Amino acid sequence: MRNPPTLLSLAIDSAVINFCRISDLSFVPEHILLELFVRTLKAGKLNEKILKLFIATGKEEILSVIESLNIQHILVPVLPTLIIKDDEVDIVIGALQSDLTSFMEAWRPMFSRFHLIIVKDPDLKEELKVPGGFNLNLYTKSDMDKVVDSSSSTISFSGYSCRYFGYLMSRKKYIISIDDDCIPAKDSKGELIDAVAQHITNLTTPATPFFFNTLYDPFSEGTDFVRGYPFSLRSGVECGLSCGLWLNLADYDAPTQALKPSARNSRYVDAVLTVPARTMLPLSGINIAFNNELVGPTLLPAFRLAKEGKFRWETVEDIWTGMCAKVVCDHLRLGVKSGLPYVWRQERGNAVESLKKEWEGVQLMEEVVPFFQSVRLSEAAVTAEDCIAEIAASVKEQLGRSNPMFARAAENMVEWIKLWKQVRSL
Amino acid sequence: MSKPATPVAPPLKDELDIVIPTIRNLDFLEMWRPFFQPYHLIIVQDGDPTKTIKVPEGFDYELYNRNDINRILGPKASCISFKDSACRCFGFLVSKKKYIFTIDDDCFVAKDPTGKEINALQQHIQNLLTPSTPFFFNTLYDPFRDGADFVRGYPFSMREGVPTAVSHGLWLNIPDYDAPTQLVKPLERNTRYVDAVLTIPKGTLFPMCGMNLAFDRELIGPAMYFGLMGDGQPIGRYDDMWAGWCTKVITDHLGLGVKTGLPYIWHSKASNPFVNLKKEYKGIYWQEDIIPFFQSVTLPKECTTVQKCYTELSKLVKEKLGPIDPYFQKLADAMVTWIDAWDELNSPAQSAPAAADAKKDGSSSKKK
Repeated sequence: MRNPPTLLSLAIDSAVINFCRISDLSFVPEHILLELFVRTLKAGKLNEKILKLFIATGKEEILSVIESLNIQHILVPVLPTLIIKDDEVDIVIGALQSDLTSFMEAWRPMFSRFHLIIVKDPDLKEELKVPGGFNLNLYTKSDMDKVVDSSSSTISFSGYSCRYFGYLMSRKKYIISIDDDCIPAKDSKGELIDAVAQHITNLTTPATPFFFNTLYDPFSEGTDFVRGYPFSLRSGVECGLSCGLWLNLADYDAPTQALKPSARNSRYVDAVLTVPARTMLPLSGINIAFNNELVGPTLLPAFRLAKEGKFRWETVEDIWTGMCAKVVCDHLRLGVKSGLPYVWRQERGNAVESLKKEWEGVQLMEEVVPFFQSVRLSEAAVTAEDCIAEIAASVKEQLGRSNPMFARAAENMVEWIKLWKQVRSL
Repeated sequence: MSKPATPVAPPLKDELDIVIPTIRNLDFLEMWRPFFQPYHLIIVQDGDPTKTIKVPEGFDYELYNRNDINRILGPKASCISFKDSACRCFGFLVSKKKYIFTIDDDCFVAKDPTGKEINALQQHIQNLLTPSTPFFFNTLYDPFRDGADFVRGYPFSMREGVPTAVSHGLWLNIPDYDAPTQLVKPLERNTRYVDAVLTIPKGTLFPMCGMNLAFDRELIGPAMYFGLMGDGQPIGRYDDMWAGWCTKVITDHLGLGVKTGLPYIWHSKASNPFVNLKKEYKGIYWQEDIIPFFQSVTLPKECTTVQKCYTELSKLVKEKLGPIDPYFQKLADAMVTWIDAWDELNSPAQSAPAAADAKKDGSSSKKK
């Protein structure tokens, strides 16, 4: 009869599975540490972070095993184009709800490798509850007040815009941002989707905005450029923005969701594609990522509805920002990708209730579309900051006259660029 | 999903023709029988006209070989390619229906991820009968599909969409790669089923593949000229590309939509990459000049019909691409010939005699 596994053995197995919750191994007796190491190797779960944990214990036996096995600190890239270091990524979360426990726990396996920036909605009165085991910085209203003088500025970090403060504070190359009412979704095989990894893949592989590839992203596994795709365009351009999608509650506006209250997005479309140059799209802030070095200043809080609310369908701030971002990317010859990854968006809010509110701004958004489709920037605009400055000037001149809300948006954009430069010069 | 009590007639049964170019045989039709049998077929037989191509029993069809093409078009037959699937556009010319679906004879019924057989024709019809959205990208793809809609931020003024002129389908198994890619990746198979239909935005060109294609003949028919390819021509395997670039420029100009994505068919035959390389060779070079040409073409406001647009395009081809190679001057002339032939065969007075011609000839035309 076989002996049942010992309690110790079960504990070690459990540790292997839950490594993302472990931040320190120094207390573990050496013989158990060795066993843990061996089982981690056998399970194929040894990665950079876990290796560092073992090395940090300083225990001789472990170090000599690592040496004898010739384990080296090399990250094997998924695609042979770029190697991403964990410390190049910031995950920025705008907290509109006070208890982030279930959100953070759900994302722990994907987030725990990276540095997080959590920004608390300045309107939120309750204390934030955030579980331990993450490498994070928390920003609240008092931090915002130190950087932005609220008495003289019209820039607001209220509600969904709180995350922009996180973008301002970040110094990392890649930023990923997900709404706090979304959890990891499952793909068509039933496996949990690592949205962070997919966004990073999107941002670090070329985009193809100048000609449409009918097999979608040619840099994905198992696909390529099709017959008839010009060879001179096959190296692509850098990707500035990665726009993910949502299962369950899709990002519909209030009228649409109110008309179809039970409509849920259940279609998993297994594709990433580049949105062609000069084509506008509705950028949803729910699940996005961007190259902070290339387009950072473009993701800004500028256009607010008079009665903007705490549900996505009561805002258009990301839509405005998205159109600016697309114009900037088109001008700087950067790509914008859309498609994977999906996140699962949880039920929240009542569309019909939201419909009852009066929105001055939604009608206004119709007016801006022709503007964004036709705005052209000068040759002199070679950075994202330059581009934003020019767009702001055009907004003020062309749209600002018809409505003060646009004039204010233009002012916010100009002020944001000043802030951006100021914060970085410190 | 509820099923109707009485069987519903296949959609657009009397308004759609299926055009199939072939040089070998039509055995593949057996697999498509459940989906194609209600529809009328136009077979364009390429190559040796003395060869008899058997059409499986039970299909309603008309068949044209090279002799028929010469007889019907007379001197204008010079614009129809020989020894290349580009000859399929002759089928578009003689069709009397509103919609065309064209498919290659090495394309079979594919299965979706649930294992269900895909009725490609039905999906194309759905694509064509629902509007397109070329002016603003919808991140949830075709908003007119079941289970999808316009997302937040999509301008309300654009939500009606525009009529769809073209539905471009895709292929599982052997992907439509060019010769260099085929040589480098001979074993790559397309196994990814992307469950989306989307509108290709205005101002964006794409590589249109003729293997699995449907279009509204009334909206865009005259633009679907597949050029001079094959025998006696310096280039091959760019017929559908040429038609696609011309078509997209014209649909953009006229405010019509082009969709791509579903349906998938199963592409079974991988052609010889070395043979392909010889055919495509010039195209690979020329395409670097052709693309900027199409990307910068603007058609004058006065071009309000497809024929006017196409004629104008032919002038521009002669002027701008002519200098690259005399082939383009020939092609520009052929484009004009094509429009002449189109107008001749498709003016109201001409429709009856052309149909009668097809039946008189030795090629049989069976009625069900």
